[in-house]
Amino acid sequence: MKYSALASLGAMAALLMVPLVIFAQASAPTSESTAAPKKSWTPPRTPDGHPSLEGIWTNATVTPLERPKELAGKAFLTEDEAAAFEKKTLEHKDMDKVEGAPGPDDLAHRAYNQAWIDSGTHVVTTRRTSLVVDPPDGRIPPFTPEAQKKYAEAHAYEEQHPSDGPEYRTLSERCIIFANTGPPMLPDGYNANYQIVQNRDFVTILSEMPHAVRTIPMDGRPHLPPNVRQWQGDPRGHWEGDTLVVDTTNFAYSDQSRYGIFYDGMSDQNLHITERFTRTDPNTIMYRATIDDPTVYTKPWTIEVSMNKRDYTMYEYACHEGNYAMTDILSGARAEEAKGGAK
Amino acid sequence: MRNLLRRSILALAIAFALGAGAVSISSQSAPSKVPRMADGKPDLNGIWQAMNTANWDLLTHGPVPSTIVAMGAQGVTPPGIGIVEGDVIPYLPDQAKKKKQNYANRLALDPETKCYLPGVPRATYMPYPFQIFQSAKSLLIVYEYAGAARNIKFGKPAESPADSWMGMSNGHWDGDTLVIDVAGFNDLSWFDRAGDFHSDALHVVERYTPVSAEVIQYEATIEDPTVFSRPWKISMPLYRHVEKNLQLMEFKCPEMSEEFIYGHLRKQPKKQE
Repeated sequence: MKYSALASLGAMAALLMVPLVIFAQASAPTSESTAAPKKSWTPPRTPDGHPSLEGIWTNATVTPLERPKELAGKAFLTEDEAAAFEKKTLEHKDMDKVEGAPGPDDLAHRAYNQAWIDSGTHVVTTRRTSLVVDPPDGRIPPFTPEAQKKYAEAHAYEEQHPSDGPEYRTLSERCIIFANTGPPMLPDGYNANYQIVQNRDFVTILSEMPHAVRTIPMDGRPHLPPNVRQWQGDPRGHWEGDTLVVDTTNFAYSDQSRYGIFYDGMSDQNLHITERFTRTDPNTIMYRATIDDPTVYTKPWTIEVSMNKRDYTMYEYACHEGNYAMTDILSGARAEEAKGGAK
Repeated sequence: MRNLLRRSILALAIAFALGAGAVSISSQSAPSKVPRMADGKPDLNGIWQAMNTANWDLLTHGPVPSTIVAMGAQGVTPPGIGIVEGDVIPYLPDQAKKKKQNYANRLALDPETKCYLPGVPRATYMPYPFQIFQSAKSLLIVYEYAGAARNIKFGKPAESPADSWMGMSNGHWDGDTLVIDVAGFNDLSWFDRAGDFHSDALHVVERYTPVSAEVIQYEATIEDPTVFSRPWKISMPLYRHVEKNLQLMEFKCPEMSEEFIYGHLRKQPKKQE
């Protein structure tokens, strides 16, 4: 019942996605209609009267960012399908059980084993088949022609020179940002944990990895001047009813993905991300982020992921301080060059 | 009536001429009250910063030229009055030697050069602002430098499961003073650029006592029997930033230190930009 109600809430939010709504109805037989009233649950409030988002949350999930090809046309899973999907995904992702010869991209045979991984065991609470909820096909829209060209050029060079210097490695390998750091805050393979603290003037989100903090002014001040660029952008928050809305601009340019290991995208000077945080029940914040980058994507896209309350203590993720990998990657590349083998 | 008007215009003109000076004189005469949370505890929310040279040297020191000649006067250690009680750090005799060696190699060895996490109490008096986020339930201290953050735990004290740069912070209120007990440190951070150091036996007790809306009196007792012959104390005021629209800027310094750390591993010759 809880899931069905949430599924129809999700469908309600996707007002323009008529086929999705129909599908939600079909896969959620207990829900009456998309106009059904919300549950009577009201969120706890801060002294200023706003919903309290405080606590420790995780967005770890087995739901993929983009809808798998075999699920084309299917926006939601039934409860049984979700259980089967979870089981299959966990088996497939079990790094201790991966068989076969190690490949170049095979993390299981290299740095990681299953003890390291904490990527969730459940699909998102809506049982959607992808984190991308718009476009309705659950896939990230294509790049613009100019972005395709820029991306192809940058990546052609990087493929030939993967380890010339630290700046050719990914942002996460450099300990600058991770997929979970955001925005958009996408679940990473481990440490997808957040602490939110609210005071009168700010909402602050501490992302465990790599101890990245977003301090979000709520007083309506203007954004930083456009010449100032930050990896996590410059956020400004406001409340729309009981929903926290965060507008972020002033992103640093990167032809390296800011979307983590799940998707190799890029961001440009015009990137504008709008996030919406809504508490839907005692254990859930429904998180939505719309990525609008007209010089990179042919249209905006939106992801939705549930942030679930977690009884958890966040520890220090001192990434840069312990970054032996970067030294090893670069010195390994130089050693191969000296042997005359590598690029 | 006309006289009154003339007098007001004159008063306005004088106020205008005196500008900010006049304002600060009047605000100094009556210290503002410590703001309070709904439960009556001091409200420490805000952006704060130390105003001293402790990050260069905890002890009283004159100016020292930069170890990098090209830095000239920009790279000078600014002179300053010390923040250590008694102006002495009580090193055990054999440990004092290590401090000297650290000082001799300070640019290469200071973790700040590599943008490593600052540790406690150094985070407090680095020359960057930090922000306290306090709610009814939580207290988070976020430092601009390296984006370091500390979640202050209240209630049953937690023991650190592993050593870390920033340690494990257990807080409680002693009247109007926020007391934070910090332990579980590794032995890698320094106290300043002058090579003052500690071991993983470090235990720090910080006291944050607001004395007005704009000033917190900060005190830290430093205990490390492996390195020091007795506990010692530092203290300093922390000042509230009152600039409108101030915010902590993103200062992800790993990328600022990449060339220093990994430059020797770069492919040569470099790509022509």
